[in-house]
Amino acid sequence: MELIKVRNVRTVFGEKIIHDGLNLTINEGEIYGLLGPSGCGKTTLLREMVLLQEFTSGSIELLGKKLENISEKDAQSLRYQWGVLFQFGALFSSLTLKENVALPLVEYTGLSRKMIDEIVRFKINLVGLKAEDANLYPSEISGGMRKKAGLARALAMDPKLLFLDEPTSGLDPISAREFDTLILKLREMLGLTIVMVSHDLQSIYDTLDKVAIIDNKKIVYEGTLKEVTNVKSDFIESFFGKMK
Amino acid sequence: MYKKPLIDLQNGKLSITFSGELTLNTIAKIEKEMEIVKTYSFSQLQLDFYSLDFLDTAGALFIYDLKKYFTQKEIEVNILLEDETQQSTLVLVEKNMKNTHKFVPKKQKSFLEQTGELFYSYVIGLISFLEFFGKLFASNLRYMISLKNIRFKEIAFEINESAIRALGIIALTSFLIGLVVAYQSAYQLKIYGANIFIVDMLGISIFRELAPLITAIVIAGRSGSAYAAQIGAMKITQELDAMKTMGFEPFAFLVLPRIIALVIMMPILIFVADMMAMLGGMIVANIDLNISSSLFIDRFMEVVAAKHFFVGIVKGPFFAFLIASIGIYRGLMVKDDTQSIGFNTTKSVVESIFAVIICDAIFSIAFTNLGI
Repeated sequence: MELIKVRNVRTVFGEKIIHDGLNLTINEGEIYGLLGPSGCGKTTLLREMVLLQEFTSGSIELLGKKLENISEKDAQSLRYQWGVLFQFGALFSSLTLKENVALPLVEYTGLSRKMIDEIVRFKINLVGLKAEDANLYPSEISGGMRKKAGLARALAMDPKLLFLDEPTSGLDPISAREFDTLILKLREMLGLTIVMVSHDLQSIYDTLDKVAIIDNKKIVYEGTLKEVTNVKSDFIESFFGKMK
Repeated sequence: MYKKPLIDLQNGKLSITFSGELTLNTIAKIEKEMEIVKTYSFSQLQLDFYSLDFLDTAGALFIYDLKKYFTQKEIEVNILLEDETQQSTLVLVEKNMKNTHKFVPKKQKSFLEQTGELFYSYVIGLISFLEFFGKLFASNLRYMISLKNIRFKEIAFEINESAIRALGIIALTSFLIGLVVAYQSAYQLKIYGANIFIVDMLGISIFRELAPLITAIVIAGRSGSAYAAQIGAMKITQELDAMKTMGFEPFAFLVLPRIIALVIMMPILIFVADMMAMLGGMIVANIDLNISSSLFIDRFMEVVAAKHFFVGIVKGPFFAFLIASIGIYRGLMVKDDTQSIGFNTTKSVVESIFAVIICDAIFSIAFTNLGI
């Protein structure tokens, strides 16, 4: 099933054209990567998908809803169905890790305190954090832990869709590989569809099923990693060339 | 080590022999030598680097420039360089310099263009502030429809944070203001023997104007700036984005509780300021003008109508709304860099104090015309 359909999306900031007619399709159960040189608008496209930014024209359809003229009610229902992990975690600094993960559950469900605690404990354990870290504040933990906690929060509501913005950047190689395994494990266990922006080659090869490469405001390639090197593009040659 | 280059001019052929090091540290001196060389007349130039010990990129750039300068003057330049590393440095510099373009200086904008842009940015600023008000109003409607949506916990937290904790400073400031106003006027009143009128003067000026303004200024400096900085920092760390993607409308979670908290608490703070300022005035009247506290209170009851008190209190919620909304608006205006937190925090204080004073002026005119 097609979960996300991006059709002819154009994004213009002032006089600068960021996207000039992007088309891509993300199917259920895929781990889909948005790649491209810095400044090509990968993160912008991700932000457009999660309703943080408006695009100039074109259409994005997410879980059957068209984002360009979505009602507040539909938007809210989409927000229950996705999880977003930001590049630096974006944990709420006034809450502990535990409270951060519990927040969507407290706000949106009528679950008892005990049940919520249980779910939070499970999610925290799932992403590989220790139970004793749960009472720390975001300022007291390392960047890697912040990302894991951010992932736990993104997973709190058992979303269908997970958006990851540079999930392994700034992590040491060991944590980065752990993160990759975690993502694969999660997909298998929870049947998630994952969309990520990444620069980490190892992580790209280990986790992604399909990629879209954005270069010069357009998608230069969409498909599996195997055939990516057949495409002529400066970015692809310099990025994947070494791995051949 | 700097070694003076040997310069030799023979039959229109100039040869310069470099030795020692040609680096960042030595080319300044060599450059001066070359200035003199440039005044000579010759048709052939030979640059001899055979006995050069070391060449860095700055040195290579110097050679490159020299070559370019003389080639442009149609002088044949012959470079003698043997060392391989030095040669490759020179080649690297040559290759890179060919690809670079001179930095184009930014075009100076004309006065008219600058004025236009400035004016335009003000208009855009005003429009975006109006947009913020519109959103505020719309989300007000959406969340105030049912009591369930009102976030009492956050409001209580904000009441404590931005009002209860400000009580001390407001009490102290207004006490001192009362003291100072009374002290200054006591001297004048004594001259006319109009001692007792200090009560009228203090009662009306403090209740109507001074207490509300002092409270508003302290709160703008203390809580308004805190709002701007907190929300600005949350924007930089993407906490606001995270809230939005999780479906927590920042207006309901961050904006409304702060505004409601201040609107509720401002009249109470003004009341405290009223009392403290009158206490200050009473003490000065007692010491300086020999008006006993019972006489002061008697006179007070007689001449200061309750309306003066209410005029002051009524202003409170309006001031609170202005301070809180400007602080939050400025917080939301923060861009993705740390400097803009400082900039917007400063702006929030300046703008909210300015807005409070404008609002106060409007109230003054309105109340006077209404005969209150």
